[in-house]
Amino acid sequence: MQRTVLLATMLAFVTVVGPTLAAPVNYKTPDEVATFKPGPNLEVVQGNCAACHSADYIATQPPMKDKKAFWQAEVTKMIKVYGAPIDDADVGKIVDYLAATY
Amino acid sequence: MFDRRDLLKGAGLAAMAATLNSTKALALDTVTLPFANGERPLVKYPQKRPMIGLTSRPPQFETPFAIFNDGPITPNNAFFVRYHLADLPYNLDPDKFTLEVKGKVDKPLKLSLKDIRTMKATEIVAVNQCSGNSRGFSEPRVAGGQLANGAMGNARWRGVPLKTVLDMAGVQAGAKQVVFGGMDGPVSDKTPDFTKALDLAHATDGEVMLAYGMNGEDLPFLNGFPLRLVVPGYYGTYWVKHLNEITVIDSVYDGFWMKSAYRIPDTPDNSVEPGTTPKATIPINRFTIRSFITSVTDGARLKAGRTTLRGIAFDGGKGIKDVQVSTDGGKTWTSARLGKDLGNYSFREWKLPVKLAAGQLELKVRATSNSGETQPDTPRWNPAGYLRNVVETTRVTVA
Repeated sequence: MQRTVLLATMLAFVTVVGPTLAAPVNYKTPDEVATFKPGPNLEVVQGNCAACHSADYIATQPPMKDKKAFWQAEVTKMIKVYGAPIDDADVGKIVDYLAATY
Repeated sequence: MFDRRDLLKGAGLAAMAATLNSTKALALDTVTLPFANGERPLVKYPQKRPMIGLTSRPPQFETPFAIFNDGPITPNNAFFVRYHLADLPYNLDPDKFTLEVKGKVDKPLKLSLKDIRTMKATEIVAVNQCSGNSRGFSEPRVAGGQLANGAMGNARWRGVPLKTVLDMAGVQAGAKQVVFGGMDGPVSDKTPDFTKALDLAHATDGEVMLAYGMNGEDLPFLNGFPLRLVVPGYYGTYWVKHLNEITVIDSVYDGFWMKSAYRIPDTPDNSVEPGTTPKATIPINRFTIRSFITSVTDGARLKAGRTTLRGIAFDGGKGIKDVQVSTDGGKTWTSARLGKDLGNYSFREWKLPVKLAAGQLELKVRATSNSGETQPDTPRWNPAGYLRNVVETTRVTVA
């Protein structure tokens, strides 16, 4: 009997308060499995690029004719536009890795 | 891109993993989109069915195209997801959620979700399409998210008109634009936060909506829960998710995401000679008109004789007047029968009984809007790969 009352109360509560009654969302995304391909200066690339985005951002880019120019432009965009804190000394290494690997 | 040893191949394993309530990435299988470097994992996220994965952080995925043949409304669990910046409000509390309205208003507001839900609600069926939808087909190819045609969807949105909330706040004389910010943000404070703006006249047209409902349910988390902007007829970049900040300003907003990103050439058809840079640009705005065959996939083998072709069409808000189909590579065209009219911003279904002769056939579809806008025979090009709306061709073998 008590259980029934409790259940009825709970149901009424849910009905009245409806969708606004909710705990924090606590949304769980799947584990990130995309990885950078092996290549020269891999650790520099991981340290700089993976701070803000997953490796698949790079892996899904189209195959371009002039890979070096394409990746140079992308790395420049990340620094100038998105404020990526990449050391000057690392820029060439990252571009070389990307052009050689993707 | 996925280490193949990590792949859980096949539905059985995936189901087992799901039963174990695993949060491991479930790469159910892969699909290959029809352009170079088009291999993608099918990914499974909470509240979503298997989707075509683009990136995992931030999460981005598109709708498997076959779903568009199931009906004019795209189910919530099949709706595409696009984010720019990786700091998502994964742990937001809807009870503590507040929408702030401020700037050039007489009475700044702080509204709870309950406040918004108790206001008079309206509904609209409208397509949301990513500006970068179909970018992977751009030729020459361009940098950016390499999407096929699945970064679009059509839903019945429920919420309150933005005009109602702005009227409550009292927009002051001299106001020019309304600026929108969401709870998602950048990882680095050096990265410009994602912020968009609409002209005041557009923001107060009564159609732009603060939406909490989608197809009769709450918004899925990755589609902007608990509140998002709905801008009917406009590209998804304006449909700010997890919307919690509205600012009225007396100038034209010049932040990165309006001034530098999401720009199209300021030319009559918003295209330039492929591979060239436009002299002047404007913010991307309304959808171009598009149509698709959904019942037949490219490369399909069909039986000769009678069959019925089906598909969808939509535009930036004038509504679809006519959809024509060709089964002979564009030599002759026949008007299809249009499906139920769900409003000018919705997908419009069409179907057409045809008789297919044996051979290699090119099926084509071309929509025309109530304003006379139609689709070009050759693709327009711009440096960001936006606005694709060429007449689509589906190649089939009939025997």
